[in-house]
Amino acid sequence: MSANQQITTPPGDTRVIGDTILEVNSLKKFFPIKKGFLRREVGQVRAVDDVTFRVRSGETLSLVGESGCGKTTTSRCILRAMKPSSGEMLFHQKDGRVIDLAKANRSQLRPVRREMQMIFQDPFSSLNPRMTLLDIIGEPLLVNGIGNRREREDRAAELLKLVGLRPEFLSRFPHAFSGGQRQRVGIARALALNPRLIVADEPVSALDVSVQAQILNLLMRLQNEFGLTYLFVAHDLSVVKHISDRVAVMYVGQLVEFAETDALFHHPKHPYTSSLMAAIPAPDPRKRGIRARLKGEVANPAAPPSGCYFHPRCPHAKDICKQESPIFEEVEPGHFVRCHRARELKLTGVPELDNSGAVSASDS
Amino acid sequence: MADQEYKPSHSPDPTEPADPDAARPPATPGTGADRTSDAVETVYDASTGAAAEDRVAVASQFQLMWWRFRRHRLAMFGGIVILLFYSVVVFADFLAYASPQASEAERSLMPPQRVYLFDDGSFSPHVFGLDSRRNPQTFQREYFANPDDKIELSFFAEGFEYNLFGFIPTNRHLIGTKDREIGESVFLLGTDVQGRDMWSRLMYATRISLTIGLVAVIVSIALGVVMGGLSGFYGGWVDMVVQRMMELLYSIPTIPLWMGLAAAVPDHWSILRIYFAITVIIALIGWTELARVVRGRLLALREEDFVMAANLAGASQFRVIFVHLVPLVLSHIIAAVSLALPAMIVAETSLSFLGLGLRPPAVSWGVLLQGAQNIQAVALTPWLLLPAIPVIVVILAFSFLGDGLRDAADPYGM
Repeated sequence: MSANQQITTPPGDTRVIGDTILEVNSLKKFFPIKKGFLRREVGQVRAVDDVTFRVRSGETLSLVGESGCGKTTTSRCILRAMKPSSGEMLFHQKDGRVIDLAKANRSQLRPVRREMQMIFQDPFSSLNPRMTLLDIIGEPLLVNGIGNRREREDRAAELLKLVGLRPEFLSRFPHAFSGGQRQRVGIARALALNPRLIVADEPVSALDVSVQAQILNLLMRLQNEFGLTYLFVAHDLSVVKHISDRVAVMYVGQLVEFAETDALFHHPKHPYTSSLMAAIPAPDPRKRGIRARLKGEVANPAAPPSGCYFHPRCPHAKDICKQESPIFEEVEPGHFVRCHRARELKLTGVPELDNSGAVSASDS
Repeated sequence: MADQEYKPSHSPDPTEPADPDAARPPATPGTGADRTSDAVETVYDASTGAAAEDRVAVASQFQLMWWRFRRHRLAMFGGIVILLFYSVVVFADFLAYASPQASEAERSLMPPQRVYLFDDGSFSPHVFGLDSRRNPQTFQREYFANPDDKIELSFFAEGFEYNLFGFIPTNRHLIGTKDREIGESVFLLGTDVQGRDMWSRLMYATRISLTIGLVAVIVSIALGVVMGGLSGFYGGWVDMVVQRMMELLYSIPTIPLWMGLAAAVPDHWSILRIYFAITVIIALIGWTELARVVRGRLLALREEDFVMAANLAGASQFRVIFVHLVPLVLSHIIAAVSLALPAMIVAETSLSFLGLGLRPPAVSWGVLLQGAQNIQAVALTPWLLLPAIPVIVVILAFSFLGDGLRDAADPYGM
């Protein structure tokens, strides 16, 4: 992987992209398929199959892909809500120590949990209906033994203000809030311990489009203010394009392409990425053209195809794609692709001109 | 192109809610602060309502449940009836005026006495003494009120000795007679075949019928919650073992087991103790239904994101179970109790009626009804059927209460 290069950031962005905060090396998570009375193992679902990437502190890295491609499993493994089958996840702690999350046990994980928090997809399921906002936001502080009751209350009030809610809401229960407001509460809870890395699992996909924008803007503002690193799991490519510095595309448990956002959206090098780009709805009727629709179904992760997992659906597949599995290699600086023909193919992405116009318009 | 989705939030479109935050906050801190206070206002405006809504917003789940329960008239009524019944349990000795076992052949099968509240226009509750005579045709004993024999009743009068709440020795009773032995002169609900006062017996029967199942209910609820909880929370092989155990217990037929146990317990035990032991044993196999419910709820709840959030925050398993999960299952447990209690009461009544549960000299609703097991009772001494009324009333009241509790248990479903 290339050295940490400064990313061109939009005006008003004061972030500093720093050193590696998380290294994921050959992460694998297989789920056993059990059958019969004796629960014999008859196969495995390869949910995450050899995923390698690095997250740099201060950046927003998005993990995209179709449903069932393993992006959520990857994020849960990183948070150690699940134990990965193999691989390493090296987390660089605040004090400089490096811990392998994959091998850490419960007590070793406890201090790391403070630095790593999560924002959930469903704002209704993520807040306990029996607890007040104070109890919800104060819980991370309480279980980590931070502050007394009074201090926790002050901190929770401060966090509520930070996410755009009134501190008086502390004594209210989640049922009094709308989806967008609940998501703000979830963000406040994630911030309670001053984490460095936040894993956001589709944080806006359950919300209205107008509320989505508010929450995304809030997330970006908080990133600026606190130098947060985001690992953003999403399937909505327009959202991803808006907020990410780098994007990783997953297909059937594997990373197929990993590059900076602009490079990936404008010059994709993997046929799968290219077809995803073609699927982004264009809000301009004049741009409506012929879509390069993908044929076939997503491969079954319990019985993936031979060679390249994408070959049965790939319009550019050759014989070698059926036989040999491609390696994940850097074809341009900072641009990783898993494709035999990455260097020769000329693939289309999102037209460039349109993008720059939209960004400058919204920022002025 | 992709960014156009966000344009509405940045453009001054009046139909859209104002965006609280700029896409990237402006570099100058002054404007940033202004924007933030703006945001607070905007978000607040979207959620404020009347004062009543504020009250709902800060209400705990139990308050919401209580408000919702209070609106359920029938359930409130049921609840009050049940409270009255349980106050009879506590004050049975006070409400009874005669010993439930004092029998006298001379007084057998007396009909209920009429109570007169006024005498010559002034308040003076009294009954008339009963004279008995044998009918020469039917050889039945017949009773006639004697208008010359006025027996005055007084309240909070002295009677037989007992311990209030089990430890305060007293001899006060709700009613008594001024100058006569009450057990020989007042029979508000008549007497049974052995001349025992039905009113007093009914008070003691209520005490036993309503309490003997309580321990069993508590045992089975506790077992159900613990086993269902283990099964649902841990899943895997624990779930597997508990599930198979439940299936095994579920297949045991209750009545033969009951009969077998009734014969198997040591014969020097008192009847109450035997029955109590049987209910507890039944409870040991009767927890499966609640366990199933609790397991199902926990299986669903442990997948909820807030459980994961608590885990990620570093909460202990103990905290996750008892702070997050158990309170959410509590409503189901309340509903289960409101069903299990009447089931126990009906079980006692019907088993005792059949002679399998409590037997004389123990006094319970079922035992009292045993005395009305023949056509003679229905035709000639209908007051012996009176104990059926409290059974019906209390079971109905429990059903109404349970109905209201189940509705109230989910205050978010309004």
